[in-house]
Amino acid sequence: MFSALSDSLDKTFRNLRGVGKISEKNITDALREIRLALLEADVEFGVAKEFIAKVKEKAMGVDVFKSIKPGEQIVKIFNDELTHLLGDDAEALNLNPPAHILLCGLNGAGKTTTAAKLALRLQKEGRRPLLIACDLYRPAAIDQLATLAKQINVPCFTPDPDEKNLVKVAKQALAWAKDQQGTALIFDTAGRQEIDEKLVAELKELHRFVSPAETLLVADSATGQQAVSVARHFDEAVGITGIILTKLDGDARGGAALSMRQVTGRPIKFIGEGEKLDQFGVFHPERMASRILGMGDVVSMVETA
Amino acid sequence: MAGFFKKLFNKVTNKAEIDWDELEADLIGADLGARTTMAIVDDLREMGRKISADDVISVCKQHIAGILPEDLPAFTPRADGSPTVILVVGVNGTGKTTSSAKLAWLLKNQGYSVSLAAADTFRAAAVEQLCVWADRLGVPVIKGAPNADPASVCYTAHQKAINDGTQFLICDTAGRIHTRHNLMQELEKIERTIGKQDEHAPHHRLLVVDATTGGNALAQAREFNKAIPLDGLIVTKLDGSGKGGIAVVIQQELKIPTRFIGLGEEASQFKAFNKQEFVEGIF
Ligand SMILES: Nc1nc2c(ncn2[C@@H]2O[C@H](COP(=O)(O)OP(=O)(O)OP(=O)(O)O)[C@@H](O)[C@H]2O)c(=O)[nH]1
Ligand SMILES: Nc1nc2c(ncn2[C@@H]2O[C@H](COP(=O)(O)OP(=O)(O)OP(=O)(O)O)[C@@H](O)[C@H]2O)c(=O)[nH]1
Ligand SMILES: [Mg+2]
Ligand SMILES: [Mg+2]
Repeated sequence: MFSALSDSLDKTFRNLRGVGKISEKNITDALREIRLALLEADVEFGVAKEFIAKVKEKAMGVDVFKSIKPGEQIVKIFNDELTHLLGDDAEALNLNPPAHILLCGLNGAGKTTTAAKLALRLQKEGRRPLLIACDLYRPAAIDQLATLAKQINVPCFTPDPDEKNLVKVAKQALAWAKDQQGTALIFDTAGRQEIDEKLVAELKELHRFVSPAETLLVADSATGQQAVSVARHFDEAVGITGIILTKLDGDARGGAALSMRQVTGRPIKFIGEGEKLDQFGVFHPERMASRILGMGDVVSMVETA
Repeated sequence: MAGFFKKLFNKVTNKAEIDWDELEADLIGADLGARTTMAIVDDLREMGRKISADDVISVCKQHIAGILPEDLPAFTPRADGSPTVILVVGVNGTGKTTSSAKLAWLLKNQGYSVSLAAADTFRAAAVEQLCVWADRLGVPVIKGAPNADPASVCYTAHQKAINDGTQFLICDTAGRIHTRHNLMQELEKIERTIGKQDEHAPHHRLLVVDATTGGNALAQAREFNKAIPLDGLIVTKLDGSGKGGIAVVIQQELKIPTRFIGLGEEASQFKAFNKQEFVEGIF
């Protein structure tokens, strides 16, 4: 149940039992272990550094519980702070009409699948979602969305395969949506690298035209150090309103969640946990925090100690 | 001139201030991982007396280059005329289908006969996706019906390649998360089935890794390698900001070399791995 992290922290603290307060020196030693844990979980270098500095300040002067191991105590402080950071300002989707939702992100992150998952979720909530295919690049991308839409019985707008003007497609889609009387419009866009200026400009143009209430960045939970660059660039380009973290059914530690959260200040709204369309749910900051620190349920152990 | 004297001064006095933190940040930033980075920095620190701030980067590049093997020879057709079967695997969304098409294009442009097997019968429109590519590139494709057994698609494609005397067969498979036991078993079955008409097939098993992936790529490689022994990586999306440092870690830990790299969404944006270029790209 206890992580390698709190074990190694306990080693660091072994000689400090009975000390009432955590001193600066103890903390500095412990922080090395925590830093390593964060980096191994793929938290971005700068974000890890900033986070540690912030928590160090909090941890100074906290009484060490006499009954438990100080390593666990420190981990708990980190875990709490991480949970706090990951979960602050969590809010529901803005679905006030016209509820336009635009999904964007890197190639292969899971946008198309997530579009269908989100549609299914909204449908279950009693809304009438519509799917709109705006990926004019990837071979059979339109076909992919249309196939998924059919599986869940959600109407899908499919542009003419030869059409290359994205704004024109969006215009046609909006006209179509009016007839369909949908209450939420989900736009699936092409994957793009955040540093690809031409494709990012195209996304901006689409965004301007659609003016979505929600612009969600779909990101793979196994993303490494570039998470910061990805989140920052997409946010600067279109102003993201939230993040959806995919492929959490794997064993990626998911440090990218912290990096993206920290650098954009935007909440993580949903998670994808499988290829099936119902493998989708709300984000749990406490689970994510434990996952990033690589541990089981340390929190409850410390609290009952 | 100033640079020259500074260098000389550093070498003579050994007083150079090497910014180890910055070097560490660069290496971690390239997804070399905390442990590999620290090992490299420690090695370099030990050489501290001999290196200066000015050449620490080049020593570091040499060090990383030392981890990577010499560039491997290009794929060549088998002397007996039977098809070389290449199995392309990986977790979801890394670029398997695109890379399969790109590799077909590369081999075709080298004058070889190539065909593709669309063995992802699971994901929505995966077969259609490969068929669009095949059409675009003028490469024959053998496809299965939706939800058909992927192993049997590969078998049929292999049979056809043998009959037609096709030199290379590239099998695109469905994305699968490496922790899903049943999906890894399915992969083993695909491999066994390909071996039925040629005991040496598949001749290459390539894992497709996204350059944007962090430390989890090592876990991916480890698990896929357990299921089917891998002999190479395709590192995709190197046109993005990801540096693909995880390829160095995978080489070091599992001895799996990188064979090809993907540099964009076009068929031509793909080439054989070049160690020197890759190492330059890390900084
Ligand atoms: N295991 C798992 N696979 C997922 C998840 N979400 C998406 N996928 C898979 O990831 C792969 C890529 O998903 P897509 O939805 O095509 O990704 P995309 O972002 O639309 O890709 P592009 O449009 O090419 O940029 C597919 O194989 C999906 O089935 C998830 O939460 N878990
Ligand atoms: N920028 C860039 N995009 C790439 C590269 N290779 C693949 N892609 C894109 O990545 C996305 C996913 O590629 P696919 O080939 O469908 O990936 P896959 O591994 O077959 O996905 P699944 O079969 O769903 O697991 C698509 O948008 C591709 O165009 C590359 O080298 N650079
Ligand atoms: Mg898509
Ligand atoms: Mg594919």
